[in-house]
Amino acid sequence: MSDLSQETEARPVPFRGGGFRPVAKAGTGVVVFVLLLALVEWGTRAGWISNLTLPRPSDVAVTLIDMARSGMLWTHVAPSLSRLVIGSAMGISAGIGVGVLIGLFSHVRAGLIPLVAALFPIPKIALLPLFVIWFGIDEASKYALIALGTFTPTVVATYGAVDNVDRTLIRMGQSFGLSWLSIVRKIVLPGALPGILSGLRVSVAIGIILLVAAEMLGAEYGIGAYILQAGSLYDLERLFAGVVILSALGVLTSWGIGRLEMRLLRWRS
Amino acid sequence: MELNVQSLTHRYGDVPVLQDVSLTIASGEILCIVGPSGCGKSTLLRLIGGLERPDVGRILQRGDAPEGCLNPLTYVFQDFALLPWRTVAGNVSLVLEDHGIRGGAADAIINDVLDRTKLRDFRAALPRQLSGGMKQRVAIARALVVDPAVMLLDEPLSALDAQTRDLLMEDLVALWSRQPFTAVYVTHNLAEAVRLGHRIAVLSRRPGQLREVLDVDVPLAERRPGDPRLEALQAQLWQVMKDEAAAADQELLHV
Repeated sequence: MSDLSQETEARPVPFRGGGFRPVAKAGTGVVVFVLLLALVEWGTRAGWISNLTLPRPSDVAVTLIDMARSGMLWTHVAPSLSRLVIGSAMGISAGIGVGVLIGLFSHVRAGLIPLVAALFPIPKIALLPLFVIWFGIDEASKYALIALGTFTPTVVATYGAVDNVDRTLIRMGQSFGLSWLSIVRKIVLPGALPGILSGLRVSVAIGIILLVAAEMLGAEYGIGAYILQAGSLYDLERLFAGVVILSALGVLTSWGIGRLEMRLLRWRS
Repeated sequence: MELNVQSLTHRYGDVPVLQDVSLTIASGEILCIVGPSGCGKSTLLRLIGGLERPDVGRILQRGDAPEGCLNPLTYVFQDFALLPWRTVAGNVSLVLEDHGIRGGAADAIINDVLDRTKLRDFRAALPRQLSGGMKQRVAIARALVVDPAVMLLDEPLSALDAQTRDLLMEDLVALWSRQPFTAVYVTHNLAEAVRLGHRIAVLSRRPGQLREVLDVDVPLAERRPGDPRLEALQAQLWQVMKDEAAAADQELLHV
């Protein structure tokens, strides 16, 4: 044995356990973003990106600043925000309600899951003309469109989350003689919250898409209307300014839901 | 309160799990149920507590639950079943809330039970911050707070390491010595059975039938690990179970 250990050289055991574990790298996202913008800026200035293809990022920034100065930014953002908030609040609260009912009652589940499955794949934008006939050209049709669009993904996420609540916890509640309402309130709903919140991210993103679609069809003010105007004039700076606002809206809502998750789901390991 | 299990037979679909099991659990006694894996021990416990309905036979309770008892038949589960979003005190108060006990009255009861289970300093901790042993202490505290007539313990120490198991067994003995409770204690660990049981019921492999009921004559408080009387009893139990356990191990699972 000892002879052998002297003859062969000693090598460290190679490490094989790395990777497959996402780590938060602060600022990387920003760096990618800035690099991409710098590339486009350089390309448009140097001329290898034509002005007809992409606007200069600095021009888009100037457009945004002008909008903010003249107050037009708020004129367009405020109605959009209120449509998004009201429409998705309606859709999400109804969606959570129906989702919980589907999760709790077999009859509701048997009756509504096929309906939801039939509604989900319909592109809601295709229904906008119908909604205009039903609810008028004003705000109501836009609320309805956003509400329906956020409703179906919320329902699906919610009943999935309710289904996934740890059955042993429900058994525990029953074994302690808790009332049905207590089990729902104190065990099922908190247990379903992580799934509901992650469903919310999808729902709100769909809400933003539908918001723009609705505003393109019939609105004087709103980000969608602004983008449509800019597009028909082929004003790329303004079009991209609108797109930037939408992206910012998306990032902001996602961040908001992230904060909500941190607050409400502190108990998760 | 006394429990009377009368000729229980139970099947899951085509698979018979329990065959004509009759047992009596006297007031103030800890009855341990041991048996090879898959013999229906846990099913028996779920039937006793009314979480499942037996196909044949019945379970009778005699006598009244103690005054102030909020939940006569109270479980302690193997996987703790703590609500992860509630603190230690919140988990313990869960059942009190349903009976309208809140505020100062609830605090007094919770503090008392947390003292008894040595959890006072962990009141505000969340389950994820606790070790397995601590989690099971919380589950025991939650069971004690309802002042149960019968505690139904389903392999409560099986998810814990050997040292923690020993500590918790001592705690259970101390709790019982301070205030005797009636309990049905399901386990596959014979050492736990001889340490905690006043009587030990041995089930055969599936379908579970009652093979034997042994009395443990040593008073609970005098039992120490390594006691020759207990070791002899454990060896005797193992003799009874050995062939059953080996056969059970060879069986294919159909459930």
